[in-house]
Amino acid sequence: MNKVLTHHEVIDQLSDGMTIGVGGWGARRKPMSLVRAICQSELKDLTIVSYGGPDVGLLCAHKKVKKLIFGFVSLDMIPLDAHFRQARQNGELEVMELDEGMVQWGLRAAAMKLSFLPTRVGFGTDVLKYNPEIKFITSPYADGEEYVAMPALNLDVALLHVNRSDEKGNTQIYGPDPFFDEMFARAANKTYVSSEEVVSTEDLGGKEGAIFNRFERSLVSGVIHAQGGAHPTSCAPSYGFDMEHLKTYSAAAKSFAEYSDQFLNISHEDYIEAVGGETFINNIPLPQF
Amino acid sequence: MADPISLSEICISSASKAWKDDGELLATGIGLIPRIAAGLAKLTCNPDLMMTDGETFLISKPLPMGKRDASADLIEGYMSYSRVFENLWGGHRHAMVTPTQIDSFGQTNISCIGDHENPKVQLLGVRGFPGNFISHKNSIFIPNHSTKTFVEGEVDMVSGMGYNSHHAHAGKPEILSVITNLGVFDFNGPNHQLQLLSLHPGVSADDVCSNTGFDITIKSEAETLLPSDEELVLIREVLDPLGTRKLIFGE
Repeated sequence: MNKVLTHHEVIDQLSDGMTIGVGGWGARRKPMSLVRAICQSELKDLTIVSYGGPDVGLLCAHKKVKKLIFGFVSLDMIPLDAHFRQARQNGELEVMELDEGMVQWGLRAAAMKLSFLPTRVGFGTDVLKYNPEIKFITSPYADGEEYVAMPALNLDVALLHVNRSDEKGNTQIYGPDPFFDEMFARAANKTYVSSEEVVSTEDLGGKEGAIFNRFERSLVSGVIHAQGGAHPTSCAPSYGFDMEHLKTYSAAAKSFAEYSDQFLNISHEDYIEAVGGETFINNIPLPQF
Repeated sequence: MADPISLSEICISSASKAWKDDGELLATGIGLIPRIAAGLAKLTCNPDLMMTDGETFLISKPLPMGKRDASADLIEGYMSYSRVFENLWGGHRHAMVTPTQIDSFGQTNISCIGDHENPKVQLLGVRGFPGNFISHKNSIFIPNHSTKTFVEGEVDMVSGMGYNSHHAHAGKPEILSVITNLGVFDFNGPNHQLQLLSLHPGVSADDVCSNTGFDITIKSEAETLLPSDEELVLIREVLDPLGTRKLIFGE
């Protein structure tokens, strides 16, 4: 079994109008090389589900997003994403704005093949006012409590970035927080995983390594070798986020063509060179909060 | 103490008291002043609080602001985002946050300003506010008390529920303490009206009223309790030796 694909082969599996979940969190462990590949493609009218960072910003800047399902979009140290803001303030996006825990609940419902999961979260807020499709359910037990029925967020595709994998799709995430990548993988029909390293199964580290295997390989449809693939977001413990690049990226909201020519209309290998090279990326210190 | 006591230090000291009766709750101070205040609470009025390193680990001693030698952190546990959700849905947290808008009902907004379909200013999104305010205690720090932050009517996008919530089972939010650059408040006035508890030095009740977009209860016009010598040493030498707190009010 060999699931190794190129970025282009993944793009060939995607189609207009798909619902795509993007793993990671804010400016952390985002599958940016795959996101850039979508930006270069002809794909359009996507629904994106994300704990948003520059993945959402770049896709917005390329007008790829028809609808965004989100709780926040942030670059962490830079609190707001300039491209996302611009798209919202220009009224370009349809949004399903949710509490970040409701996003998890929607993914979890999809992962469990349920149509919804109950929660109290949402009551008393405008989340329910602006998402009138969200319905309610009354407990059948003696308490009779009314809950928000958070609908399943079923994904056509999930895109994730991990530290190491083998050709069969056994993946390992070494960062201390795996975020909700497992839920994205389980909520999706197909999951494509970019990986810093693709190694033989023998080199996955045995039992010690397997502790970092956050979801099983049967969920993984493709593995893409992309060292530095999370740049400019972080990929702990290998590298932190590239603050200088995130500033350049943010400033590009005013004139996107120049940034796009320099960093986007090129292959992943050329991108890595353009931002400073593999050694440079691997030396970006991890952030302290 | 050679340096005079600053407004940021008064806010940090006042804010730290919010966590004093919380036992082992997870204290989350989001933003500079709330974070230093949570650390001060753990070093003074409530050593039992749990606290993270701002990322994934629970630490035994509050971390100083700014760059540090992280290998010296005393780590006592694990608190991934997934676990934070489990913790907060169970009500085991007390966060201090800084909404962009707050209204007379205690409703808060960090999502956007203006019309939701086509906002004038897009902010973060509702983030965890809906889950936080319905699940656990919250306190609020506002560095720029004005009619733009304490708004007339309702906030533009209700992110955190207020005391006007009609939900029979979920009940009301629990907003403990509201600290601003002008004074200290809570929502325990008649019918959960915002009430003034103390004024920072040099601030009058008129200053507060003219900078608030709705009516408040004046419970007391006493001067805010100044930080003790012990608190000042902890703020200046242990929690924020680089003086990052000075950025908030341009001190």
